[in-house]
Order: sequence, then C-alpha cells, then structure tokens
Amino acid sequence: MPAVQETVEQVRSIDVDQYKYGFFTDIESEKAAKGLTEETVRFISAKKGEPEWLLEWRLDAFRRWQTMQEPEWARVSYPRIDYQDLYYYAAPKAKEGPKSIDDIDPEILATYEKLGIPLRERDALLGIESTGGSKVAVDAVFDSVSVATTFKEELAKAGVIFMPISEAVREYPELVKKYLGSVVPVTDNFFATLNSAVFSDGSFVYVPKGVRCPMELSTYFRINERNTGQFERTLIIADEGAYVSYLEGCTAPMRDENQLHAAVVELVALADAEIKYSTVQNWYPGDKDGKGGIFNFVTKRGDCRGDRSKISWTQVETGSAITWKYPSCILRGDESRGEFYSIAISNGYQQVDSGTKMIHLGRNTTSRIIAKGIAAGHSDNTYRGLVSAHRKATGARNFTNCDSLLIGDKCGAHTVPYIESKNSSAQFEHEATTSKISEDQMFYCRQRGLSDEEATALIVNGFVKDVLQQLPMEFAVEAQKLISVSLEGSVG
Amino acid sequence: MAMLEIDNLHAKIEGDEGREILKGLSLTVNPGEVHAIMGPNGSGKSTLSYILAGKEDYEVTDGSVTLDGEDLLEMEIDERAAKGVFLAFQYPIEVPGVATMTFLRAALNAQRRTRGEEEISTPDFLRLVKDKAGALGISQDMLRRGVNVGFSGGEKKRMEILQMAILEPKLCILDETDSGLDIDALKVVSEGVNALRSPDRGMIVITHYQRLLNHIVPDFVHVMNKGRIVRSGGKELALELEANGYAEYQQDAA
Ligand SMILES: Nc1ncnc2c1ncn2[C@@H]1O[C@H](COP(=O)(O)OP(=O)(O)O)[C@@H](O)[C@H]1O
Ligand SMILES: [Mg+2]
Repeated sequence: MPAVQETVEQVRSIDVDQYKYGFFTDIESEKAAKGLTEETVRFISAKKGEPEWLLEWRLDAFRRWQTMQEPEWARVSYPRIDYQDLYYYAAPKAKEGPKSIDDIDPEILATYEKLGIPLRERDALLGIESTGGSKVAVDAVFDSVSVATTFKEELAKAGVIFMPISEAVREYPELVKKYLGSVVPVTDNFFATLNSAVFSDGSFVYVPKGVRCPMELSTYFRINERNTGQFERTLIIADEGAYVSYLEGCTAPMRDENQLHAAVVELVALADAEIKYSTVQNWYPGDKDGKGGIFNFVTKRGDCRGDRSKISWTQVETGSAITWKYPSCILRGDESRGEFYSIAISNGYQQVDSGTKMIHLGRNTTSRIIAKGIAAGHSDNTYRGLVSAHRKATGARNFTNCDSLLIGDKCGAHTVPYIESKNSSAQFEHEATTSKISEDQMFYCRQRGLSDEEATALIVNGFVKDVLQQLPMEFAVEAQKLISVSLEGSVG
Repeated sequence: MAMLEIDNLHAKIEGDEGREILKGLSLTVNPGEVHAIMGPNGSGKSTLSYILAGKEDYEVTDGSVTLDGEDLLEMEIDERAAKGVFLAFQYPIEVPGVATMTFLRAALNAQRRTRGEEEISTPDFLRLVKDKAGALGISQDMLRRGVNVGFSGGEKKRMEILQMAILEPKLCILDETDSGLDIDALKVVSEGVNALRSPDRGMIVITHYQRLLNHIVPDFVHVMNKGRIVRSGGKELALELEANGYAEYQQDAA
C-alpha cells in the first residue's frame, strides 16, 4: 500500500474507529517505556484509542495518585516498590486484532496448556460446549489485553453484554461512564488510584433488567511478561431483577522478580438483582525461600444499590507472595444482602492480609462472613474484617465466622475484626477459632493409607468445606485440587 | 513363614527417659489365626497396637517386628497400611467436614496407588460400600456425615469395622472394639469381624473383657501385664480370666 494511501486510510479510521487505529497500527510496539509519568498514562490511553473523557479520568487519577502514600497498616512486609522501575503496559504480539480463536498466537495457546488449564476451560475458550452440558464463557485476559472472547452470540441473544472493558468503552460509552468509578472512587486508596490511572484491560458485564444470565461467566487473568504491572479493571452491572455468576481464575508461570498486581473490581446490583463473584487465585507465590512471587493488591467492592439486591463474594486464595485484598459490600438498598466466603491458604513465606467489609447503610440489611484461613510453612495469614452499621441501618444483621488452621509451628494466623455500630437495633455476631491439625487426625488418616500430604489435604478440605460448597460445581473440584497442590511441602 | 513376628519388643514414650512400656514382648501371628490379647488397664495393649501401626509417639529401644519377613518398624505409617496393617481404634478420631464416603474412597485409593494398583471405579466403590454398610446397619445418612462427627460410641465402632471390611487388610488389630457397646451393637460388630475371618488374614483382638470372645472366638489367648505377655493359651484361658480376674498376673509380674 503506498504511503499516501495508508495515511488516508489511517485518518479515515481515526474518524470512524479510534480504537482500531490505535490497536492495529501500533501493535508491534507493545510495551510502554519503563516508569510512570503523565506520558505513560497518555500512551496507554492512546494505545487503546480511548475517548477524551477517559483520558482525562485517568490523568485525574494519576495526579491524585502522585499525592498519595502507599498504605502500611496491613500485616505484610515487602521491599519498597520502585514504581518507576515497572512497565505499565504490555500487549501480546499479534499481526491482526483478535477476532477469533484462529487469530490467537499458538504460543499463547501453548502457554495456556502449560498452565494446565483443564479441558473444560480450553473448550470454553475455543467455544466448544463443555461435556457437562453447562457452558462457560471465557473472556481471556493475557497480560493486559483480552485476546479471546467467546459465547458472544448466545449472550447477545439474552441481551447480556460481556466484553473487554476497552471494547465496552467504545461500544457502550454511556454505561461505562455511568458506572466506572461509582463503587470504587478514583481516590479510594493508593492502589485503586494507581489502577485508575493505568488500568490495562479487564471485563465488562451488563445484565439487563430481569435477565438471568444464561451461563457462568469466566475470565482468566494471566501474567506472563517480566516486570509488567498488572492493572485489571472489571465492572459488572446487574440491572433490576437480573442475575449473574462470574468466575475469575488465575495461575502464573514461575518468576524470579516480584510482580505488582493492582486490580479493581466494581460490582453494581440494582433492585432485586444478584451478583455472585467467585475467584480462584493461584499466582506464583515465590520460591521456597520466599524469593519472587506476585504482589497482589486488589480492591474489590460491590454496591447493593437497589432494594433487596444481593452480592456474594467467594474466594479461594492460594497464590501470590503478598495478598492485600478485601472484597466488600456496600449494603445501600433496604433488605439487601452481602456475603463473603473465603479460603485463604498461605505456605512458604507467603503473606496474606485479607478479609471483607460489610457496610450496612439500608434498613434490614443482612450480611454473612465465613472466612477460613490456613497457614503453613513460614507464612503469615491475617483475617481483617469490618462490619459497620450506619445510623439508618435499622435491623442490620451480620454473622461472622473466622476459623484459622495452623500447619506446623513456624506460621502465624491472626484475626482482626472491627465492628462499628451506630444503630442500636443492629445485631452482629462473631465467632472465631484457631486450631492446629491434630497429630491424632494425621495418624488416623495415615493409618488408613493416606500419605502425609494426602492426609493434610483431606483434613484441610474438610476444614474449608462450608466455603467450597459456595463455589459453582466445576470450580469447587478445581479448587479442591488447588488446595492440595498449594499445601505441598507443608508437612514432613 | 509367620505373617507377623514380634520378637523381644521393648518400647518407651518418645523423649521420655527411663520408663519402658513394652518390656520384651514376643508374639507370632500366622495367616488365618485370631489372637486375643487380654490384660488389665495400663498393661500396654494400646501401646502395642500403636507401635504396630507406626504411631510416632513411641520409640522402640530393642527387639524387632516383621510382617511377611519385612521389617515393619522401618516402614512409614501409610506404607504399613498399604501392606495390610489395619488398626480399629479404641477411640476413633473425628475428621470434621470430610464425608465418611469421601474418606473411605480416599483411603482405599491411596492404598491401591501405593501398591501400584488401579483406583476403584465409582460404580464399583458405591456397590462395595452399599454391600458392607448394609450388613453393619450403617445408613446412607451416616456415610454422608463427617468422619466420626456426632457418631455415638457404637456407631464409631461399627464405622471402624466398615473401614476394615472395605480396606480388606491382611492383619487386623482391634483395640477394645467392644468398649462402649451394648449387647446388640456388640453382636453386629462381632458378626462384622467374623465375616472377615479368612485363611489368609490374621487378627489381634485386644480386649479387657471376656464377653467379646464369646462372639469372636479366638484361636489363642494371651495375657498381658506390665508390657509383657505373661501367659498364653487357648480360648479357655479367657474363661479362666473371667472367673479369676487379673490379680494373679499382676502379682507375678510385680
Ligand atoms: N502417649 C503416652 N504418653 C504417656 N504415657 C503413655 C502414653 N501412652 C501410654 N502411656 C502409658 O503407658 C502405659 C500403657 O498404656 P496403654 O498402652 O494405653 O495400656 P492399655 O491399653 O493396656 O490400657 C500406661 O501407664 C499409660 O499411662
Ligand atoms: Mg488401651
């Protein structure tokens, strides 16, 4: 194509489709330069061909971030992160934009295979119906850019929007504009603000009024580029009376260097809507000596904006060197309900500081917290939770149960529950236990033929059963395996 | 060759200086034999069963134990289990959250893997459990509940026998399986044990009372006191003990 002709084409495409321009023509230069400046933010935004308002939104976040301090209250310690020594944008190499599975780099598919993604998900990724008859739609995020989106048609039939958020910005700007940052404000916290400035991609889901999403939605986040910060951004909206169940799962290849991950997930449930968000997190936790591993600083929050709405978080956290994560619910609507079911496993030198916040604002709001922490090796595992009732939250109720299990005597488990009630009718109940796997239990299991590790896994799986039951079936099976794998080397 | 050969076994509590619990115990069990071990509380019966199973709290200071000619004391706990050593616990342990069904299957498959055998298929497993559980009067509901959680004493003992029936061990050690059982439960459990008697299986039945031995009739009876077998005989020895008590042996050994 002659140079002039090409320029003409480009100018035309800027008019019709800014995104395509940014994405297609510059694809060979996939990395932003190291470091974070206003230029980096502009680069990312330009890369994605974003509208002016979003660039401004990012820049605003960036300027605020520069004035903020990294939080230090969590029970985790790690070397200072040099934010100028990281990359903030990386995309997989591709000749063409990802239109279908054929466009996906076979190398990337090979990596999925190496990560041991079960056939079920691979099928889903390839758009094949799974054997169980149920369908799983996968919006795969590889490094920072979504490379495959499937089941679009069936979802479209139901009116469900499920796409990379970068695409939603172009196709549904009004929806994105309305809800982005409405649950986690730009200035919410250091990591969320950073994410707002440099977020790369993530999922966008909108389920229209009265629609029950016809399948479980699933996204795989992968980290594959050395030194690349990961700043996923997910936004899920369930309109009045809608229902959606979303699954997020992660694994990562071995890494020497620490990798920063600061995701933001926002959920909005309008009146009578329900969102179920499940996570299995298995990023590289570092080696036996605590070297390497992912720093996982995540802000996840759901807003039960409408009356009788419900948001339920279920998480199985086994990976990352450091986890700093408090999926929360703002119970704004009357009679709304928030749930948090968590399994957090730490081994080796992992540090976990995780929990939830249940903010009761509306009348007769209810919440339930079941947190199971398992600490092994030299790890530290903290549950940190806040349950609060606003002065108008008449009849608010919470039930919290935090159980910690210690494996070995070099690890630590801590429970830090905060309770604030400004309404005398609020009823908050809290139970907590800390225990060890007893030698008698181990002996009993091993006498029946189980190895040290099998026995530990079995006992732990029993300990977390209440939470595993909350996961969708196929995820629960995987999670169970993951628990065994992550406890390898914790005994003997 | 004898299946189990215990020769001059001395043992003490791990880390505890001095006091021996087993003080030169010898016992031979051949395939097909049922040996009863009787004796007063504290004589070391449970200790013997734990040492055979490989519990780590004890230290063998002298003597040897072989199973089919192999050094049993060198083996890991689960290795012994895979080789066919089964201990029915005096006090079965609870494993909350682990359905009994799941536990049974995990145990059976773990043993099979260790022996290099294939895992059992789901239909075969379900059939096996249904069969054996039915005979022991164990309900489906119990099988769904956590291992031993909320079970009555009798239920726990029946569950031990169910595990034994499913794992089909070579050497069964029953530690006071009769304790805490009423007469009906005792019958059910005894029938379960008797059903498992076979020419290639050996059993050690530990009990304080003769009563159990009316139901599980032993080939040999041994009296244990202060860490030793002080007398051995046929099944009639149990009746003699029932009539005279242990006093005579306790004096002898003192
Ligand atoms: N783990 C242990 N720690 C301390 N003492 C023990 C332990 N196990 C057994 N003993 C002691 O060893 C002796 C034998 O106990 P045990 O084997 O339970 O006898 P039995 O089963 O015949 O009643 C008793 O004096 C008991 O207190
Ligand atoms: Mg005893």
